[in-house]
Amino acid sequence: MKNYIQLNLSLLYWILIAPFTGQFFKIAPIFRQMVFIGVRAAPMVALTAFSVGVTLAMQAAHSLESLGAEMYIPDLVMITLLREMGPVLIAVIVIGRSGSAVAAELGTMKVSEEIEALQVMAINPVQFLVVPRFLAMMVMLPALTIFGNYIGILGGWAVCTFALDFNTAGYVLRALESADTWDLYSGMIKSVVFAWIIITIACNAGLTVEGGAEGVGQATTASVVQALLAMLVMNAVLTGIFFFAA
Amino acid sequence: MSTNGETIIEVEHLVRKFGDRAVLDGISFNVHRGETLVIMGGSGCGKSTLLRHMIGSMKPTSGSVKLFGEEITAMKEREVERVRLRFGMLFQSGALLASLTVGENVALPLLQHTAKSPEEIEQIVKQKLEMVGLTGFEDLTPDEISGGMKKRVGLARALALDPELLFSDEPTSGLDPIMTAVVDELTLKLTHGSHMTAVVVSHDMTSAFRIATRMIMLGHGSIVAEGTPDEMQNSPNPEVQQFIHGRPDGPIPLNLSQEEHKDHQQVRPRPFLGGRFRFHHKRS
Repeated sequence: MKNYIQLNLSLLYWILIAPFTGQFFKIAPIFRQMVFIGVRAAPMVALTAFSVGVTLAMQAAHSLESLGAEMYIPDLVMITLLREMGPVLIAVIVIGRSGSAVAAELGTMKVSEEIEALQVMAINPVQFLVVPRFLAMMVMLPALTIFGNYIGILGGWAVCTFALDFNTAGYVLRALESADTWDLYSGMIKSVVFAWIIITIACNAGLTVEGGAEGVGQATTASVVQALLAMLVMNAVLTGIFFFAA
Repeated sequence: MSTNGETIIEVEHLVRKFGDRAVLDGISFNVHRGETLVIMGGSGCGKSTLLRHMIGSMKPTSGSVKLFGEEITAMKEREVERVRLRFGMLFQSGALLASLTVGENVALPLLQHTAKSPEEIEQIVKQKLEMVGLTGFEDLTPDEISGGMKKRVGLARALALDPELLFSDEPTSGLDPIMTAVVDELTLKLTHGSHMTAVVVSHDMTSAFRIATRMIMLGHGSIVAEGTPDEMQNSPNPEVQQFIHGRPDGPIPLNLSQEEHKDHQQVRPRPFLGGRFRFHHKRS
C-alpha cells in the first residue's frame, strides 16, 4: 500500500510538476503504448460489447413484451450500456488484456535487472516506463468505452431489427430520445477513474515484483484480481454518487 | 603509480545486515583515479551487495560510501542521479531493455541526458559498438543476440556517456577466451588512456590478473586479503591461494553460506498440506 501511494505521488509529480521544470514527457512512447493498450484491444472490446448489446436487447424483449412495453427496448439497451455495462465490461477486458500485460512486462523488467539498469543510468523508471503507460491508458480506456458503447448499441439494433418489429429509424430515434448526455458523461467519468485504477495497480504490481519468474506470475495474477475488485467497488461508489444519492 | 591519484571511491566501515545476518561486516577500502580494482570472492560472499551499495541502489545499515568525494548513502534519489551520470555500470546479464534494439539501448543514456543531434548520437553508438566488436548489430533486438553479445552491448551502453568510473559485474563470464581478451584490453585501454577508474567483480582469475592494479578478496562479509596482483599471487593466506588456484580443498568452507542461511533466515519446513490441515486435525 505504501508503494502504491508513493507510485501515485511520483506519477503526479512527473505529469503535473516536472513538465514545468523543463522535463517534459516524450510523446512517441505514449503513442506506442496507446496502440498496445488501446488499439490492439479493440477487436476484443468490439466482440464483448456486441454480445452485451445483443444480450441486453434479448432480455429486455423478454421482460418488456410481457408488459406490452416493447417500445422501451432501445431505451433500456442504451441507458444500461452508457451508464454501467459499457464502462465496466470494457474495463474488465482491458484489465484482463492490457493490465496483466503491463504488470507482466514491468515485472519481467524488474527481475531481469532492467529497472535497476535504468536507475543506474539516472533514468527514473516512473518517468520512463509508468508515465507513458498511464497517459495512454487514461486516453484509451475512455476511447474504447465510447467505441464499445457504439458497438453495443449496434448489437441491440441487430436484435431489434432482425428479430423484433423495429425498423432502423425507429430504433435510433427511440435510443437517442431516451438517453441524456449525462448518461454518457457519467460513463466517461467512470472509465477515467477505472483507467487510473487499472494502470496504477498494474504498474505497481510489476515494479514491486520479487523473486524471479514465479514472482512475475504472482504479481500479474494479483494485479488482475486487485484491479477487478477495486474497479467494481469503485463502480458501485460512483453509481451511488451519480444516480442514487443525488 | 596511479595510487597517488585522486580518491574516487571511499568505502568506510560499511555494514549491511539482512535480518540478523551481516552480509557486509565493516568493509573499508579506497579506489583512486586510473586504478582497476578487482573484487573477488566465493558465491554469496556479498560481492554483488557491495557493488549495489557503491552504485547507491542499496542503503547500508551503517557506514559510509563516498563517490567522487560525495557521500551517497545519505542522498535523496534526485541527488544520486546526478552522481550516477558520472559512472557507468555493466550488469551481469547485460540488463538490456528487451523492448529496444541494440542501437537504441546504447543510445538511451545519450538521448536522455545529452542534447546531441540524432546524427551525433548515431555516430557515438556506432563507435561504442565498434569498441566492443559488434559493428553492424544496431538493428537487432536483444532476443536475437547471444548472452555474451548482450554483455558487450551492456558494456557499450555503460561507456556511452564516457564515464569517469565503470562498475562491472562479471564482465567476462560467458565470453569466449578471445572476447574476454578483447574486453580486458578495452578496460586496460580506458583506464590507461582515458584515466577511467574501474571496479570489477570477477570470478575469472585469468582476466582478473590481466586487468587488476589492485585486488580485494571478500569472505564472510569482510576483506580477507587486499593487494596488488603480485602480492595476491604470493600471498601466504591459504584462502587466497585456494581461491586463485581454484582448489576444491582448503580453508574456505563450502557449505558455510547455506548453513548461515538456515540459521538466520529461519526457514521453517512447510507443514504437509499447509496449516489448515493441521488446524482441523487438532480440533478433531
